Amino acid sequence: MPKLTPDEVRHIAELAKLALTDEEIEQYASDLSAILDYARQLQQVNTEHIHPTASVLPLRNVMRPDEPRPGLAPEDALANAPERQDGYFKVHAVLECSQ
Amino acid sequence: MPTYEVVIGLEVHAELITQSKMFCACSADFFGAPPNTHVCPVCLAMPGALPVINREAVAQTIRAGLALNCTIAEDVRFERKNYTYPDLPKGYQITQYELPQAVNGWLEIDTPDGSKRIRITRAHLEEDTGKLVHENGVSLVDYNRAGVPLLEIVSEPDMRSIDEVNEYLTRLRQLLIYIGASTGDLEKGAMRMEANVSLRPAGSQELGTKVEIKNLNSFRAVRNALAYEIARQEKVLREGGQVEQVTLGWLEHEGRTYVQRTKEEAHDYRYFPEPDLPPLHIDRAWVEELAAGLPELPRARRQRFVEQYGLSRKDADILTAERAVADYFDALVAAVGDAMPPKKVANWVMGDLFRLVNESGLPISGIPVTPAKFAELLKLLAAKTINANTASQVLKTMFRTGEDAGAIVEREGLAQVSDEAALERLVDRLLAEHPDEVARYRAGKTQLFGWFVGQVMRETRGKANPGVVKKLLEGRLAEHGQDE
Repeated sequence: MPKLTPDEVRHIAELAKLALTDEEIEQYASDLSAILDYARQLQQVNTEHIHPTASVLPLRNVMRPDEPRPGLAPEDALANAPERQDGYFKVHAVLECSQ
Repeated sequence: MPTYEVVIGLEVHAELITQSKMFCACSADFFGAPPNTHVCPVCLAMPGALPVINREAVAQTIRAGLALNCTIAEDVRFERKNYTYPDLPKGYQITQYELPQAVNGWLEIDTPDGSKRIRITRAHLEEDTGKLVHENGVSLVDYNRAGVPLLEIVSEPDMRSIDEVNEYLTRLRQLLIYIGASTGDLEKGAMRMEANVSLRPAGSQELGTKVEIKNLNSFRAVRNALAYEIARQEKVLREGGQVEQVTLGWLEHEGRTYVQRTKEEAHDYRYFPEPDLPPLHIDRAWVEELAAGLPELPRARRQRFVEQYGLSRKDADILTAERAVADYFDALVAAVGDAMPPKKVANWVMGDLFRLVNESGLPISGIPVTPAKFAELLKLLAAKTINANTASQVLKTMFRTGEDAGAIVEREGLAQVSDEAALERLVDRLLAEHPDEVARYRAGKTQLFGWFVGQVMRETRGKANPGVVKKLLEGRLAEHGQDE
């Protein structure tokens, strides 16, 4: 199968918020293509009579009753925050829109 | 010039009423709480923390699906919707994608041409996101709302006007409140809308290019944004242009949309099954149990009020708008029994009672005048022990003090005066005291009749039987006329 194109790798990197150099893009194009080739082998298995499966665990309907319990103390909740302000996590402004 | 038909579909997100969050035991009652005080390792996405499904949220989704005439799926699965944004600590939202909980339903709405079914594509369960406050180049993040169960209801593009959209939203909100699935409290963000809208030449069966509008947090915003977008698209088409497929945001205070993203930058969510949550297999018996527990739904109830109580559809609509009001009315009619026709009872509820309820700000379920107490008052009126005017006054006192109608009537001596001889003496005296008015009435100023009635009522503190007073006044005023 053809290798992933540099543009496809850039798109995936963008989704994963990774900044890659041109050399890395070349490297990942090969690495990711190898992974896809490996998955392609699995697609050769005949699954005509197999029900689509999302989980191989013998578990179903694992649910809990709707009972609230106290969570973390605010100090603990924010312990790992790189920055905070008035009890909020503080991050660089992220605007999804182009106003 | 061609005319265009508007085609609109809606996505409605409704926060479900549960005690705890969707996948962790944090309290879901977060509104107004200080930031990040309803959080735990699960909803903060700390490594190793695992989600567990809230059974009540699933039950609420099934109830909503049933109320929307949907097929309830047996095999349901949660999936990860991947995107990177700080309102989502995990980097993905857990949602239902390929196997949603409810599909292929409909909601009936009223249009000027009669009832219309708006098809429901799907209703699925997901988790809400955190809240961001943007200020001075930074974003402040509060995860109290992150992980609160959210029901997403997606309609087919079946609406053809802004009025139909408004009616759909009103009925959907009413339904969700009726079944106890959502508070429907828009001011607290319990319902949030997205609309997709396109135009096509009238008569065409093909769909035009649709535009999505997000961030619609009130019904008014939905109406305003749609009106703006419909006008914009119509202008583009009339000028021979093409509508571009974009996602828009709505700036309510500026009254305009803005482009959030175009098709080229559409998100690639890379959905895949959530490995941390075993799939659900919904037991039929559970669905039947939930169906049996549903209350009478608003439309069926409205129809019953028309058929059983002989109400107009408009009155039935008003009395079934809220479940608590409809419950009150049902109980009241039952307690009044045959003493008064339901239509008349309805007028008392929609008039005097609604006025007192509105003034008090109390929910109808919490007012001191219970259906049983109100029924006692209406029975006194029906038995002509008191007149309508007195009943109105007594109701006010009952509302204030919570006393029984009979006790108030007795204590304040409000029983109606129907004694003709006593009223006759009073009428004679009043006419003798007001010769000028009598003369003017005689001379043709018949509007003064109401003034005479008012004088008698004032003298009797509103207790006189109005029928008797009217009869006496008519007789006496005619006599006086003949005498001179």
